[in-house]
Amino acid sequence: MSHALHAEWTKLRTVAATGWVLGGVVVLTVALSVLIGLAETYSPSGSGQDITKLSLTGIYLGQVMVAILAVMSISGEYGTGMICVTLTAIPRRVGMLAAKAATVTGLVVVAAALGVLGSVLAGRMILPGHGFTPAHGYALLSLTHGLTLRAAAGSVLYLALIALLSLGVATAVRDPAVAIGIVLGVLYVFPILAALVSDPSLRRHLQQIAPMTAGLAIQDTTNLRHLTIGPWAGLGVLAAWAASALLAGGLRLRLRDA
Amino acid sequence: MTTTTTPYRSNLPGRRDSFGQLLRAEWTKFRTVRAWLIGAVAAAVLIVLFAYLGTFRHESGSCVGSSPATQTCSAAAPHVPLGPGGQAVTDTYYSVHRTLVGNGTITARVSSLGGRSQTGNGHAVSIADLVGASGRVQPWAKAGLILTAGTTPGSAYAAVMLTGAHGVRMQSDFTNDIAGPDASAATPRWLRLTRAGATVTGYESANGVRWTKIGTAHLAGLPTRVQAGPFVTSPQTAPPSGLASAGGSGAGGKATGLSAVFDQLSIGGVWPGAAWTGQDVGAGTHMPTLTSVGYHRTGGGFTVTGSGDIAPAVGLPAAFTDQPSLVGVFIGLIVLIVLGVAFITTEYRRGLIDTTLTASPRRGRVLAAKAIVVAAVAFVVGAAACAVSIPLGEHLLRSNGNYVYPVSTATQVRVVLGAGALLAFAAVLALSVGTALRRSAGAVTAVIVVIVLPYVLAFSSALPAGVSNWLMRLTPAAAFAVEQTLPQYHQVNWLYTPAQGFYPFAPALGLAVLAAYTALALAWAGHRLRTRDA
Repeated sequence: MSHALHAEWTKLRTVAATGWVLGGVVVLTVALSVLIGLAETYSPSGSGQDITKLSLTGIYLGQVMVAILAVMSISGEYGTGMICVTLTAIPRRVGMLAAKAATVTGLVVVAAALGVLGSVLAGRMILPGHGFTPAHGYALLSLTHGLTLRAAAGSVLYLALIALLSLGVATAVRDPAVAIGIVLGVLYVFPILAALVSDPSLRRHLQQIAPMTAGLAIQDTTNLRHLTIGPWAGLGVLAAWAASALLAGGLRLRLRDA
Repeated sequence: MTTTTTPYRSNLPGRRDSFGQLLRAEWTKFRTVRAWLIGAVAAAVLIVLFAYLGTFRHESGSCVGSSPATQTCSAAAPHVPLGPGGQAVTDTYYSVHRTLVGNGTITARVSSLGGRSQTGNGHAVSIADLVGASGRVQPWAKAGLILTAGTTPGSAYAAVMLTGAHGVRMQSDFTNDIAGPDASAATPRWLRLTRAGATVTGYESANGVRWTKIGTAHLAGLPTRVQAGPFVTSPQTAPPSGLASAGGSGAGGKATGLSAVFDQLSIGGVWPGAAWTGQDVGAGTHMPTLTSVGYHRTGGGFTVTGSGDIAPAVGLPAAFTDQPSLVGVFIGLIVLIVLGVAFITTEYRRGLIDTTLTASPRRGRVLAAKAIVVAAVAFVVGAAACAVSIPLGEHLLRSNGNYVYPVSTATQVRVVLGAGALLAFAAVLALSVGTALRRSAGAVTAVIVVIVLPYVLAFSSALPAGVSNWLMRLTPAAAFAVEQTLPQYHQVNWLYTPAQGFYPFAPALGLAVLAAYTALALAWAGHRLRTRDA
């Protein structure tokens, strides 16, 4: 297993794109969070804002880079024919997939932690200047606050699960364009469907099983009683999606010629 | 012994290939990749299937009837009248009227506008809900003179009025609104309506001596006998942004009322019958209204209290647009973006691009042919699927007893063609980005992020409305404006957000934004294709 891990690490490390994509995770996450923070201002009439969630909005954009990294780590091998070498060296295919998952997730966790920390820091610096002050009932964002810490750590876990989901889908379908289309379709279109369907209870169920909507419930720190799904349960839904995708990917990998 | 070998000579005539041949070549490439053909058909099928999901309702509505003109709903949402233009309207007001035969004129001074509002949060409003009624006048509360073909809701009318915060206005047939001088609701104002044939002219005056014309209204088919007199109405408040749910089933605002004093009433022309009749026109409407309305005589005139609105119907509770029928467009969009990208990146991966560019060395033409093929496929998929899903979705909603806003056939055709164009531009954008980047994963991601993510952000995060609206103007997501079927009326105070089916740009302008991005991307792709080795 350690050989497999080492091999996967070497492959990821020596592709120039990996660095760019991981940098993209950090930069895009922080950039969108900063833009949203700058656009938002406190209004006394508005309902209470969840400033923790607000300052972590960048995840919406950062996750696409995570998906690209995970998809390319396997689809790229099929594109170049590298997969034949990989599977010759490590004939235990599921072991290879596990090693890939561990390597990609490890890198994603590091980049995600940087992006999330940057976003929280940006929120801490920007939001008080836009009226979200203790005087208006908004404490300064701080990771020592339990709920904020849960939201931040949960966002890192969220991105790790997105990586696993994308890896599973890409292993199952192989083609990078189709894989990324499925991943982004599931992430982005589900919430739109949920918002537009006419039936209220169907809408609620869709929001509970949508991987992005449910998974990002972990970022909620206010109004917790009125969430469609609890924070940890929501992350559990995303974990179930990732597990099913990996299972499908693993099965296809075992049962089909490379 | 010598054998002469004749080198192969093609017997095709030696001329340059025509663009038609190039188009045919690209179409053959698309047609013969089975996965792409399946993808295109699947996109169309998914758009139609998701119309089922979007319009599926556990909770059955309370309306009966299959066409907007005959559909009636029970107490929660009664019959929604249709205006002369065929649109759903609110036509609820209190009027004190008399019959006018032929041409004539009516003049009155309106003063002392006083507002009241519901304090509870339900639709059923009784006097008990009026405890602590505030004096705030709604910006679009109206008090003035109305001349109408009849008191059946939805009748043709013309009216001049003093509004809560929008000065003096002349309005007619629900959608026409002419601004008069900016006048405060606190100071008295003289108003006059004059009928000459089918033309009604509105005048106003600050002192009853010097009159200015506000505008004229042409009411086609106005009968000889019309009802005219003072009227008062006051619309519901716009719902708070947090409460309004998406998908058309808007949470209603609160009912409000308005009282106004009319005096110095004078009439000219033939007014048979001496008595003024007070009438709560359109009572029991779909809109939350106060029940404590009426009039009483004061001096030489009336004090009238009314509640409701005379305007296009917007934000009816449990009423739907075509939006739920169109949710599948997002699925189709993603499929066609993947197809658009794959149409070029597959050539690079398989090396077919070398053959393509050898056969047709002018690279710009290759890109143009590919763009035309992919755009045509996307347009046909989008338009054909929406042409099925819109009537299907409407039928499903209506047969489940839900109210669906009546929309003209022309508008539906526009939505169908617009959805086709939206998918076509998106597919060409995907093709262009794929050509420029040559990497399918990056290209698919980039295109989905610029088109779909702004829409998701505008919907599902806690973005302020202003930022959401700018996202829907500046990004390619502006093109989703083609899905809007109900116009936005400035004279109705409502939450006009994408979640409610209203977009900041007109459909054509929104589509133009996407077209501009597509043109830029196509130019970039052409440049990269020409200046870089395949």
